[in-house]
Amino acid sequence: MSSMTNSVRHWLEERFPLDDIKTLMEKKKVPVHRYSYWYFLGGMTLFLFGVQVLTGALLLLYYRPGADEAFESVQFIMTQVHFGWLIRSVHSWSANLLIFMAFAHLFSVLFLRSYRKPRELTWLSGILLLFLMLGFGFSGYLLPWNTLSYFATKVGTEIPAQIPIIGRPTLLFLRGGEDITGSTLTRMFGFHVAILPAIATLLIGLHLALIQWFGMSVPPALEAEWRAFPPEKREVRFFPNFVLRELMAWYVALGMLGALAALFPWGLGVKADPFASAPAGIKPEWYFLFMFQTLKLIPAKVVGMDGEMLGILAFGLVGAVALLLPFLDREKPFNTRRWISGLACVFLGYMAVMTIYGWVAK
Amino acid sequence: MHSASGTSTAAPEPRNAPRRQFVNILLGTGLVASAASFLYPILRYLVPPKLPDLGGDAVLAAKTSELKPNTAKTFRFGSRPGLLVETVSGEYHAMSATCTHLGCTVQYRPDLREIWCACHNGIYDLNGRNISGPPPRPLEAFEVQVRGDDIFVRRKQEA
Repeated sequence: MSSMTNSVRHWLEERFPLDDIKTLMEKKKVPVHRYSYWYFLGGMTLFLFGVQVLTGALLLLYYRPGADEAFESVQFIMTQVHFGWLIRSVHSWSANLLIFMAFAHLFSVLFLRSYRKPRELTWLSGILLLFLMLGFGFSGYLLPWNTLSYFATKVGTEIPAQIPIIGRPTLLFLRGGEDITGSTLTRMFGFHVAILPAIATLLIGLHLALIQWFGMSVPPALEAEWRAFPPEKREVRFFPNFVLRELMAWYVALGMLGALAALFPWGLGVKADPFASAPAGIKPEWYFLFMFQTLKLIPAKVVGMDGEMLGILAFGLVGAVALLLPFLDREKPFNTRRWISGLACVFLGYMAVMTIYGWVAK
Repeated sequence: MHSASGTSTAAPEPRNAPRRQFVNILLGTGLVASAASFLYPILRYLVPPKLPDLGGDAVLAAKTSELKPNTAKTFRFGSRPGLLVETVSGEYHAMSATCTHLGCTVQYRPDLREIWCACHNGIYDLNGRNISGPPPRPLEAFEVQVRGDDIFVRRKQEA
């Protein structure tokens, strides 16, 4: 038996860099310190993404895009297909937790300042991945073709239309026409299952390769402590020690996902009717709420400028700052470093308050 | 996290070996059982659910005015096509239109006065019996009832 595994192994080694991969995995060390728990968030986000790929592929077996069929096919999945309700509810729950985890991962990296040299590109690819995940959320939301998703897409595609010059072409591109129709659904479906996954695969590959290459970042304060007193420095091997711990966390997460999906299955709502009025209290998904609520609160005109426009510009600016953060973190000519954590705290607080406000507001 | 478990893998004392084995078996069965509970819904999900088949009820296949002698019409029978033939003598015959060979939809050939499958040249008589070509079994024959102008077709009731 062992001679057979050995010969298979030998055959593979001559044709595949198995040893190099093994060495790379064994070489990598994960630092152990009081902030080590934050290292799990990225892996958790990756795990939830994997759950999305699997459940998404399963949903594709029964889902049919199209204004006349989409709602009915999701209804079919929820009521007729064995465990269809479970697969769809896990997909929805996992999507929401994934966005939450991605934000948590982002802020943990930000506060531990892990984006600093040489990890600027890791940060950049991470922010792009977050934008991509929001795009997944937005495009996937329309697919069941219910009233809520219909109007959320209507409002959501109307927002970029406010931008001068490129606004209108963007709207036409996103909607596949003037209005939200079956063409929009086809488009969102295409984004959701082909275009975004293709880009995500590339970016996740890059993100992971960079993390594997540079290893885990150690917070600057700890780095200094360890330099001053080297025996303090502790590490575990990435493989198998860290991987096994991460797997345990994933296992628990999978159990929680199943429990959430079983106890709080996702509803389907009412089929979209393009000629019906928007229902009262209509809201986007929670992760867009803080922006939604802000745009609701801004007056129509702010010092001669269109209020809506101002809000969009402000969020665009926040996005750009987030993307370029590692390059803004410097000591000369101005010491911006100490501002970054403070500003991030303020923004995090703003997001939390606005999300809750948007949640309870009528 | 702080316990450096990487260093605590010293060989267990021999008298602890059965205990360790027991724990390993417990852990292993637990993992396998939970993996099965995750996989089972997925496997069940992959099997498409049975759609309700309308075959039990009578289906309105055609109006008498639609057919002339020596013509035929395909109609929906549940989720599959059926074939209704009016013979030269004015009798109605109905049967499944799905060829028993490889599932193509058959048609009536007025020139042959037989039922023909275009895919592989299979031929059935008007009672659905396979008489020539590759089809292995007869077409399922249905019961025809004419009520006024309506021609109803239903599955033959087993006596």
